Amino acid sequence: MQTSNKKVKNIQFKIFSPKLIKQVAAAKVVTPELYDKEGYPVDGGLMDIRLGVVDPGLTCKTCGNKLKECPGHHGYIELARPVVHIMFVTTVLNLLRCTCRECGRILASDAEIAAQKRRLKKVEKERGLKEKDVAIKLFLQKIRGVSKCPHCRSRQVNVSLEKPTRFLEKDKRISPIELRSRLEKIPDKDIELFGIDPESMRPEWTVLTVLPIPSVSMRPSITLQSGERSEDDLTHKLGDIVRINQRLFENINAGAPEIIIEDLWDLLQYHVTTFFKNNVAQLPPARHRSGEPLKTLRDRIESKQGRIRHNLAGKRTNFSARSVISPDAMLKINEVGMPSEMTMKLTVPERVNPWNIEYLKTLIEKGPLNYPGANYVIRPDGRRKRITDETKEELLEELEPGYIVERHIIDGDLALFNRQPSLHRMSMMCHKVKVLDGKTFRLNVAVCHPYNADFDGDEMNLHVPQTEEARAEAELLLEVPTQLVSPALGLTIMGCTQDAVTGNYILTKDLEFDRNDAVQLLYSVGIDNFNKFGRKEKVSGKDVFSVLLPDDFDFLGRNGICIAPAMPCKECKMWKNGKCELDARIEIKDGKLLTGIMDAKQLSAGKGLLLRTIHKQYGSTKTAEILTSMFKLGIKVLLKRGFTIGLSDVEISEDAKKRIEEEIEKSLEEVERLIEQYKSKELTPLPGRTRKETLEIKTLGVLNKARNAAGEIVAEQSSDINPIMIMARCGRAKLLNLAMMSACVGQQSMRGQRIGEGYVDRSLPCFRRGDLGAAARGFIKNGFKHGLQPSEFFYGAMTGRDSLMDTALRTPKSGYLYRRLSNAMQDLKVEYDGTVRDCSGQIVQFEYGEDGIDVSKSEQGTINVQKIITDVCGE
Amino acid sequence: MAKSTPIKHSLVPKHTKMGERSVKELLEKYNISKVQLPKILNNDPALKGLGIKVGDVIKIERKSLTAGNSEYYRVVADATKVSGTSGGES
Repeated sequence: MQTSNKKVKNIQFKIFSPKLIKQVAAAKVVTPELYDKEGYPVDGGLMDIRLGVVDPGLTCKTCGNKLKECPGHHGYIELARPVVHIMFVTTVLNLLRCTCRECGRILASDAEIAAQKRRLKKVEKERGLKEKDVAIKLFLQKIRGVSKCPHCRSRQVNVSLEKPTRFLEKDKRISPIELRSRLEKIPDKDIELFGIDPESMRPEWTVLTVLPIPSVSMRPSITLQSGERSEDDLTHKLGDIVRINQRLFENINAGAPEIIIEDLWDLLQYHVTTFFKNNVAQLPPARHRSGEPLKTLRDRIESKQGRIRHNLAGKRTNFSARSVISPDAMLKINEVGMPSEMTMKLTVPERVNPWNIEYLKTLIEKGPLNYPGANYVIRPDGRRKRITDETKEELLEELEPGYIVERHIIDGDLALFNRQPSLHRMSMMCHKVKVLDGKTFRLNVAVCHPYNADFDGDEMNLHVPQTEEARAEAELLLEVPTQLVSPALGLTIMGCTQDAVTGNYILTKDLEFDRNDAVQLLYSVGIDNFNKFGRKEKVSGKDVFSVLLPDDFDFLGRNGICIAPAMPCKECKMWKNGKCELDARIEIKDGKLLTGIMDAKQLSAGKGLLLRTIHKQYGSTKTAEILTSMFKLGIKVLLKRGFTIGLSDVEISEDAKKRIEEEIEKSLEEVERLIEQYKSKELTPLPGRTRKETLEIKTLGVLNKARNAAGEIVAEQSSDINPIMIMARCGRAKLLNLAMMSACVGQQSMRGQRIGEGYVDRSLPCFRRGDLGAAARGFIKNGFKHGLQPSEFFYGAMTGRDSLMDTALRTPKSGYLYRRLSNAMQDLKVEYDGTVRDCSGQIVQFEYGEDGIDVSKSEQGTINVQKIITDVCGE
Repeated sequence: MAKSTPIKHSLVPKHTKMGERSVKELLEKYNISKVQLPKILNNDPALKGLGIKVGDVIKIERKSLTAGNSEYYRVVADATKVSGTSGGES
């Protein structure tokens, strides 16, 4: 193979001259026959072996190469009569209209020509080629109507085009022969004014006298299973051309009447036209016998199915699968459940060696239809053989080291799993395949966060790496555990979600087990070492949780219940008798959870430091393991304990109801008072605000306070075992959710303001004009349980619709913004000296992130120096 | 209205012209030539009154969220020769 590393500086498009066509041609085609009786290509036929070979076993007469090595060679047909090229019809029309029919000069005086030449040069230099084209068009339009040639003074006749290819001069046809001789007369110096470079082409070349024929490699014939040959569309079309051409030759030589020759000539014109373009408006497209239109030259390139959009711009991939995803908490974090239907289609190539040959033979024995089997065998010479009942015996016989067997995918094979949009590197991770029943991909819920996936119908893609290198790369760089720490946050991007959070919260809060029950629970999670329990017969939930932690693990932190996370615990008002009243201080010593309740703040993705610290000390594999069992433990705890909500859980006591009502009533009165003040102009405006704005701000404040107060009352009177309260406390839900259900939904706002005037001076027609009261401006005083007033319901629908529209409109915008940003930064790189540079060495940042910290190696973007010192020097 | 002096505004970081020696040290430290430095146009308002010419290196000291204080260097480029918004390569 010849290689060269020269750079393409520019490309120029020219037109082949008849002379050049003959020169580059390897053969002249003279007969429409393709093969002789033996099925061998006919010399001078369209499949002539001088034009290249597509049959195995034949040798190209031009280059001496066999199939695949021979690049193919052009041929040509000598046309009996010239024919117009359909793609140049408009050019020819322009040329005819703007040049003299007698002398061939352009219909402009010498002075005009000189001026136009100068103008064109200037336009091209200053405004570019596009503008030059416009200038040419304008000039040609101007000289089209000239009735007398400025050079030879002869009268001009208007030329028209009868589409698609007949040129008329006052109803008299200009035959292509005449057409050609007229174009020949146009001098080189005048063509420039038509935007044609005289060095690249002559106008008469647009009327074809010889037709170049694409090589056989461009239009290969296919042998069907029945042994029949099926020719390419282009070959069919060329066959038509050659046949008519020969007939025309014979008729001319025999001196046939002019009408017959004219008819054949027109037919030739039709065939040549449809050879280039088969969807000319005025012509019926050439069809197969089946009635399907032929795909000729232009169709090959054009449109969505054409070469450019289909083959060049649209790449596709093999060994990939796509399906709906669904959750499976019992899978490991780095596994993916694969439907069994896929397993016999996706294959892994395995090279035969003395140690696996027996194993691979059993797979071949099973064949492509029994799982686990194999689909193909690749011989050392690269030939691919499909395993079928017929070939099986033979393949088993010849199989030896060096062969490659494409076997079905099995448990433990590696696969890349991806969900679009692939916005960060965690969007494509390597999983181990686990074959499961069903038709969906299954994945551990913990990896939903990095993929940003949910199960409302999301689909994901899976790719099977096909080489050792690809597999090694996938395993070392892309496996799920390697992606645990997000390079954006410096925290673990995978963590407990949903039930896993609640389960661990309840577990570490107040559960207690008999030893046997605890062992049972942990065993179901997959843990069988219970040394941490010692001899205890009763174990607490904290003890159970501790079993998951490494033995020498120390950790200090606060959970989400903590009221003052920044304050040292000993100064906190909740600090009593040497411990936190709320159990908000998480203390792990020697792998034992001494105090503290685990919650979302510690366990969930992208929040706490617990998993991050484990990752730092024990590495990614161990962390993934711990995370997996933590997740399972949470779910199993809930399963054992039971966790559900019902209508009664949003019910509140009569007393609380009364208090909430009072609270809201009080606020509503307050709002009335404010409006009163506003109307009597007693309301003093806030600095920099109008009176109206001041009123709005104050009412919003009052109403929000009312809802919060209601929420507090709800929280206060709810029991500790109220499941919604539990979910709120563990950080999985918000207290607000409960308050909205049982007490008061609160103020609805659009664009940060109370709901305003959809009608004249009022939000809805059921209010008085100018009513500024709470109810008239979007305050929902009822809770969901109690039920909403029609107007309140409408407010809810308004804000709901608004936020729906907002997300629908914002997603594509921000997506495009992000795409541009990531494309602009894609080749920035941190060099060894800590600078960020682009591919040309230009410095972008003098120190990465200005502090030189690799966030993925840090904890939340910072480095805890104090901790390093204590770790190294002891206390 | 008072004359606007953006340079004195608290949000405009401190721009100083670097001496020849420190420029040389800077270039040596990063093993680069001047063209690899980021650019600042010579008509930048922040350079007013610094007496700069094209090719000078400006040191910018600014507050950084991540690092407290950070230093940045830019080479003065001729505004008439740098086309559009792109830095262009010299």
